[in-house]
Amino acid sequence: MAFTVSINGETREIDAPGEMPLLWALRNELGMVGTKFGCGIGMCGACTVHLDGQATRSCSLPLSAIGEKQVSTIEHLETTPVGAALQQAWLDEDVMQCGYCQAGQLMNATALLNANPSPSSAEIHAAMQGNICRCACYGRIEKAIAMVARGETANV
Amino acid sequence: MSDMAVLSRRTLLKASALVGGGFALTATMPMLARAVGTGAAPAAASLNAFIAINPDNTITIIGKNPEIGQGIKTMLPMLIAEELDADWTQVRIEQGNVDAAKYGLQIAGGSFATPLNWMPMRQTGAAARAMLIAAAAQRWGVPAAGLRTEPSMVVDPASGRKLSYGDLASDAAAMPVPDAASLQLKNAADFRIIGKSVNGIDSPRIVRGEPIFGVDTQLPGMVYAAYERAPVFGAKLVSANVDAAKAAPGVIDAFTVQGNGNPAELVDGVAVVASNWWLANRARAQLAPVWDNGEWAGHSTAGYNTAARAAMASGEAQEVFNEKGDTAAAFTAADKVIEAEYSYPFLAHVAMEPMNCTAMLREDGVMEMWAPSQLPQGGQQSVATYLGVTPDKVVVNLTRMGGGFGRRLNNDYMVQVAAIAKQMPGTPVQLIWSREDDLRTDFYRPAGWHKLRAAVDASGKMTGIEDHFVTFANEGGSFNPAVMSNDEFPANYLPNVRYAQTKMATAVPMGALRAPTSNAVAFVFQSFLAEVAEATGKDLPTLLMEIVEGAEPEAPVMGFGGPNPGFDPRRLRAVTTKVTDMAGWGEPVADGHALGFGYYYSHQGYFAEVVEASLNERNQVVVHKVWVAGDVGSVIINPTGALNQVQGSVIDGIGQALALAVEIEGGAAKQSNFHNYQLPRMPVTPEIVVEWVMSDNAPTGLGEPALPPVIPALTNALFALTGKRIRDLPIDTSKLV
Repeated sequence: MAFTVSINGETREIDAPGEMPLLWALRNELGMVGTKFGCGIGMCGACTVHLDGQATRSCSLPLSAIGEKQVSTIEHLETTPVGAALQQAWLDEDVMQCGYCQAGQLMNATALLNANPSPSSAEIHAAMQGNICRCACYGRIEKAIAMVARGETANV
Repeated sequence: MSDMAVLSRRTLLKASALVGGGFALTATMPMLARAVGTGAAPAAASLNAFIAINPDNTITIIGKNPEIGQGIKTMLPMLIAEELDADWTQVRIEQGNVDAAKYGLQIAGGSFATPLNWMPMRQTGAAARAMLIAAAAQRWGVPAAGLRTEPSMVVDPASGRKLSYGDLASDAAAMPVPDAASLQLKNAADFRIIGKSVNGIDSPRIVRGEPIFGVDTQLPGMVYAAYERAPVFGAKLVSANVDAAKAAPGVIDAFTVQGNGNPAELVDGVAVVASNWWLANRARAQLAPVWDNGEWAGHSTAGYNTAARAAMASGEAQEVFNEKGDTAAAFTAADKVIEAEYSYPFLAHVAMEPMNCTAMLREDGVMEMWAPSQLPQGGQQSVATYLGVTPDKVVVNLTRMGGGFGRRLNNDYMVQVAAIAKQMPGTPVQLIWSREDDLRTDFYRPAGWHKLRAAVDASGKMTGIEDHFVTFANEGGSFNPAVMSNDEFPANYLPNVRYAQTKMATAVPMGALRAPTSNAVAFVFQSFLAEVAEATGKDLPTLLMEIVEGAEPEAPVMGFGGPNPGFDPRRLRAVTTKVTDMAGWGEPVADGHALGFGYYYSHQGYFAEVVEASLNERNQVVVHKVWVAGDVGSVIINPTGALNQVQGSVIDGIGQALALAVEIEGGAAKQSNFHNYQLPRMPVTPEIVVEWVMSDNAPTGLGEPALPPVIPALTNALFALTGKRIRDLPIDTSKLV
């Protein structure tokens, strides 16, 4: 079955079963591999995309459930002011070790700051606890988010 | 010590011109290149680095080792660039592909990269610098001895003339290659790059979501594979309904694969290949495989625990592996005997990027692979053996990895994809494991049990120690890390020692998990020594200092790739003193909080750590702060990366202690995904303060040694808080009330 999905502002045709998770349509049908596979059950956050601006686990989102909603992925993040600021903060703080989870961390953090531009530490923890970093770069992730929230990076 | 005889420290250097007017240099260092873990030895025994200087003054440096997030792709080129005296802003780093003849051993494991490469990488840079100076001397007609360098420039102080490395590159390539012994390396005080933080070289690409990991490999016409294997370890495939899988949507092919019984190479299974991995994985449900579980389906963690406790209670061990003095007499004469049993579970690695590999059987008969592997030369050998070809017929492109933690030292996924791709010549195949495959098909940190006894005399001095270690004999043929050191501390500092072991049979595959052995034994011994300290009215730091009082450094030991300095009690004392000062050890702490101390020496690094913990209103453990003092030698090569490794190791260890266990039930792993294998998440993160003790030793690695001591530091804090001793991991908080 063919689905028409808006991804990063472009209309894309995907010929795949409606049960196929968006993650695997992105990665294997469209060749957009920035969105990562981590667990397949929505427990790790590596596959986070934005669906109408909401952080959404693409491994658990069937194509048939997207409808008219706008999908935005890590490949598009630098075009958004908050996303670009977070990317820069990630680099300034040298956040990552292996880096595999960071696309999901950045997508989740961007949704957080769009909804709550000045989160407390507890609010950052609550919003980010769905995203596992196996290398445990959590301290730097929190610091980078807090920096952007305080407007401390050059891009804001 | 026979290995030492074949070690030659003579460095051979050779240069060759690069296409385009650049200049290439390779440094070859004959050394013992043998694989750890799999037993598969890389074919060649040389170590090379590669420098290319372009006319535009940019410099390409090859990072030869696999990057798993430990920062090695950034750090090894820093060593080369330092002695090359390169302008770091003009350096471009490329990942070296798998080539034992060119690069020597390529491994991410054992925290080996720093000690093994500290000299040869710097010599590689220094040799290139000498050739650039020689080229400038020739052009100016002056002696080379009078010239010096500034970043990417040769300078003549007498005249003030300067030439860029880019200008000199072509001439330099024609210069004789200097003998390594003639190379003058920089004094540490002159370092411009080493010791300064350099951020991760791949990070800009990663934050943009660019394809960089193994699973991001994309090739024209590529198809995707899933691999169904038996849940029960050691089982054999009887039959499967491949036709039903072939009829599923998107499926291109499905076929059975016969393994060789070695889980580190290939176990029996069924491959399903489709146009999309999700379709391939979904079609596995149609296979209805029948397995012959043999004798192993009856195995369980509960059964192992019962057998281990019985073995410890019997007092009869299979083998004594360290006996010193007369422990029987020491215990008879003892004023106090402290006795306790400890245990720890199987653990999985769960790297964030699930196991995967891409392969294509080319028309020329070469199996080309794109492999996220910590030991890719071992994988190359395993694939070649499986295919019945020489290793040169297996070309391995090395990709960045989404974590390793030791899992990717075993290359089973490489052999699996080769077995599939061989059936589909000319078609690139990407094998991906589900998270369930990953958790249930691991090489687990072995579970273990220890019964310890300590003898203390009337003066409160420890006079003897006994350990009955119950562990596993590996039936599967893969590397067995279910061992402990013969001279596990404090054996060398007590007059009476008896370390013995009993091995149980298992088919559960076992492997190296970050700080193997140490990640378990540190908990056991540092907890037990804390019990001894408690029984004698002192604290653990005081007991450790007493045990090594006045002791001198031990003799050098043969390590991987050369002799390593022996254990140095002075370094134990230094990190212990440092961390107790940092943490205000012995001073009052916040109401309801308590401090605990842990120390461990592993991977040539000395770490002492203090944990501040409490229990919240739901009786959950809260770690507030961790102080870390570490000694890994004379310099911290890349401070930002070093700090990240230590902080990550601390949280990794806390996560293991709080929640992690893989249980075996019915011969299979019970845990299957992150809902029942609960990794630490952001709210667990304590404040982590790290300080370095600098010592006059060559720098050593940081991927592992900061992890082991945090676990006993935490359980010792919980004892200080509650008076209850945690002797089994993970922590059962119901035992704290």
